[in-house]
Amino acid sequence: MADELMVEIVTPERMVFTGKVEEITVPGSEGEFGVLKGHAALLSGVDIGALSFTQEGKKRNFAVADGYVEVTATKVTVLVESAERSDMIDKERAQRAKQLAEEKMGKLAKEDPEYDKAKASLDKALIRLNVADKN
Amino acid sequence: MAALKDIKRKISAVQKTRQITKAMNMVAASKFKSAQMRMENFRPYAIKFMDVMSSLALRVDASSHPLLAVRPAKRIRVICMTSDRGLCGGFNTNLIKTTEKFIAAKKQDGAEVTLVSVGRKGRDFFRKKEKLVSEWVDQLNRFTMNLGVQIGDAIIPPFLAEEYDELYLIYNEFRNVSIQRPSVVRLFPLPTIGQQEEVEPEKRLDYIYEPSEEYLLDKMLRMYVHVLLYRALLETNAGENGARMAAMDNATKNCEELITSLSLKYNKARQAAITAELMDIVGGTEALSKS
Repeated sequence: MADELMVEIVTPERMVFTGKVEEITVPGSEGEFGVLKGHAALLSGVDIGALSFTQEGKKRNFAVADGYVEVTATKVTVLVESAERSDMIDKERAQRAKQLAEEKMGKLAKEDPEYDKAKASLDKALIRLNVADKN
Repeated sequence: MAALKDIKRKISAVQKTRQITKAMNMVAASKFKSAQMRMENFRPYAIKFMDVMSSLALRVDASSHPLLAVRPAKRIRVICMTSDRGLCGGFNTNLIKTTEKFIAAKKQDGAEVTLVSVGRKGRDFFRKKEKLVSEWVDQLNRFTMNLGVQIGDAIIPPFLAEEYDELYLIYNEFRNVSIQRPSVVRLFPLPTIGQQEEVEPEKRLDYIYEPSEEYLLDKMLRMYVHVLLYRALLETNAGENGARMAAMDNATKNCEELITSLSLKYNKARQAAITAELMDIVGGTEALSKS
């Protein structure tokens, strides 16, 4: 297909995905955005969120956290500190992480820097649960 | 006979030691393999990251960023990255020596030195000697990028708050299985990145930056610190196991040598005992036949 876009999802642990897709949606730091082939060159931060793309008509979902995305007309490179495919997510672990983070947040004052950290891990856990359910 | 028994006991003791060192060598070898694989897997991330980082540095004036701020070096912080466990030859000793020398030199220049310790061995050594600010112990066995992020989060804010002026990372640079070299890297202020390289015109894309160039630069510089720390952690992990492999290999060889020489001694002693007994019998019969 002519309208295919090369996508690479890279984490420090491994290359999570390389391949051609029709369309990709990325959780940018300014909000979610979609990319098709021929997109203008763009560099954007990536936040904790759900990333998805369609490959051969099938939709695939990933939970990603923190990094950036580099878009050129034919290629999208996503560099994130973690990325998990929806069917690889351990729901129990995510549930536990969610509980732990909620407990922590209950104990801490909002001004505490630890509070933000707990909030970030809660967000991560929620996104992972959310993405896992899309499967 | 007593000597004979002693030697035998010694031989079996050395044999047991050899068994242990051999097993440790094999464990280290398999850990080393997985550590090497992780380094291999990290490479695409690091390369891609540096690509974008340098193209960003070309477009944005990075020198004004607070992480690159050069201040007179009055208070210095040092990260000493050792392993958690011993029995890996001179791996930690060399690193600790380098760190000590470095700290002494900086102190002579009149700087105040504080220490961050990653790894149990360094922590134990410096605990009473230097001012330890924070430590990460027993983490190297199983770690992810998250550890790099954690360490980064602990060192970046105090630098921005001007609690210290310079940060050095001392770790064992991984060359190959048998060579690790202690090396000192200045982390803060960050050296400028990629600005001296010329990028080919077609590679130089005019990106749209979202939300802004400054925001991205800040984010990328923080990520850069994480990348550097993570790489140092990976190299430490691989180096530790490589060093342990070599050390255990040596130990096994020494055991084998010892066993050979002890067996020789044992056989000689046994032969001597037999000869002595024979002499006794011959002497006894001779004495009987004479009478």
